[in-house]
Amino acid sequence: MGRVVKGTQFVDLQDAGDPVALSKFYELHGADELVFLDITASSDERKTIVDVVRTTADEVFIPLTVGGGIRSVADAEIMLRSGADKVAVNSAAIARPDLISEIAERFGNQCVVVAADVKRGDVGQSSCSGFEIYTHGGRRPAGIDALEWVKQAESLGAGELLITSMDRDGTKDGYDIELLTMIREVTSVPVIASGGVGTLEHFLEGAQAAQADALLAASVFHFGQIAIEEVKEYLASNGLGVRPPRT
Amino acid sequence: MIAVLDYGIGNLRSAEKALLKVGADARLVTDPDEAALADAIVLPGVGSFGACVSALRNSGMHHVLYDAIAQSKPLLGICVGFQMLFSESEESPGVAGLGIMDGAVLQMPTKEKLPQMQWNRLNVLHPDTSLMFRNLKSEELWFYFVHSYAAYPIGGLENPTVAAYCDYGGDVVAAIESGCLWATQFHPEKSGTSGLALLSRFVAFCEGVRQ
Repeated sequence: MGRVVKGTQFVDLQDAGDPVALSKFYELHGADELVFLDITASSDERKTIVDVVRTTADEVFIPLTVGGGIRSVADAEIMLRSGADKVAVNSAAIARPDLISEIAERFGNQCVVVAADVKRGDVGQSSCSGFEIYTHGGRRPAGIDALEWVKQAESLGAGELLITSMDRDGTKDGYDIELLTMIREVTSVPVIASGGVGTLEHFLEGAQAAQADALLAASVFHFGQIAIEEVKEYLASNGLGVRPPRT
Repeated sequence: MIAVLDYGIGNLRSAEKALLKVGADARLVTDPDEAALADAIVLPGVGSFGACVSALRNSGMHHVLYDAIAQSKPLLGICVGFQMLFSESEESPGVAGLGIMDGAVLQMPTKEKLPQMQWNRLNVLHPDTSLMFRNLKSEELWFYFVHSYAAYPIGGLENPTVAAYCDYGGDVVAAIESGCLWATQFHPEKSGTSGLALLSRFVAFCEGVRQ
């Protein structure tokens, strides 16, 4: 079976446990959705993630997004038939953007999450905003500007954007508010903020300052620093509408 | 046995597994003859109205639904499986739905983003009599929605079959309950413990009808 791992700026991976057990734990504690991103995603390991999705979907009844290695409509279909509700596409969509529209036409826009790993760099030929797209688990610069890419992804039928700041990933320095704000300004599809949460205030910044529609966190939950109930109570006490955790 | 109609669209596994989780004898069924033998029917639906209706008709399973209605068999429609009960949808002009319910399926006239893809809290219209929602506390009424189009039964919220609605920049019909016919715009199979509780009530209702 696969394992849950979490790194810092996409490297130095630490083991965080069994994916099915963690999923059940998070559902019990009030998570609204789960995202699995398969970071191995080589073809011989594909079966592992399918098994994890299948086992999780048999026992966990909240929306599940699965990404990593989705290269075709057939790959997407395998995940959806295994129990995923949405698929996240990343490298393969950058290599061949029509993948987004193909999956959207077959299963609906709501099924397609475009995940983008974004890193700050110099403003230059490949990036006029200073935010650049990376692929292959953050190893390769794609030579594409992040804002241009999300606009294209939206026009091709992306139902949601999962924006991960590589600079902030695992640092607990907070979401990259500037990045998320710029993304928000150029698209109207829901944005999931990802990368950098370390405190309760960071969640609130993501929702208010960055106007993100959904807040993703990994490290702080996996390593027990913040409980989902605390986040929800904190956001609710600051006037945000959240589904209350079960008491 | 509860038949979850598998007519070749999207993620239906979750609906089957959620029913199994609450103790139902449920299975995915692709054969209309097998579905006809079931004590109750669950009609899931994801994707577009037109795609779902044509897949359903191609599977031959639409007859099972008409028979279920005629025989007062419990039927639960979910999401597009709810919308398909109407005769048409603005999403797929010219495609004939099942015509079991009167009203229209229209794109939601809201300033909010479409689709509505989120958890939302229901307002229950008949909390004393609704088998679906009786005796639930407000914190137990959060359910997961994914839709751009919504059902508008004749009479709107005044229609006695409307069991619950939610607010999404306007009132949205979230569930109907009309004797043996239950339907939800939200996904109970993706709504955590609240969703499982609702499915459990449906299963109990099916058992009551069978006896």
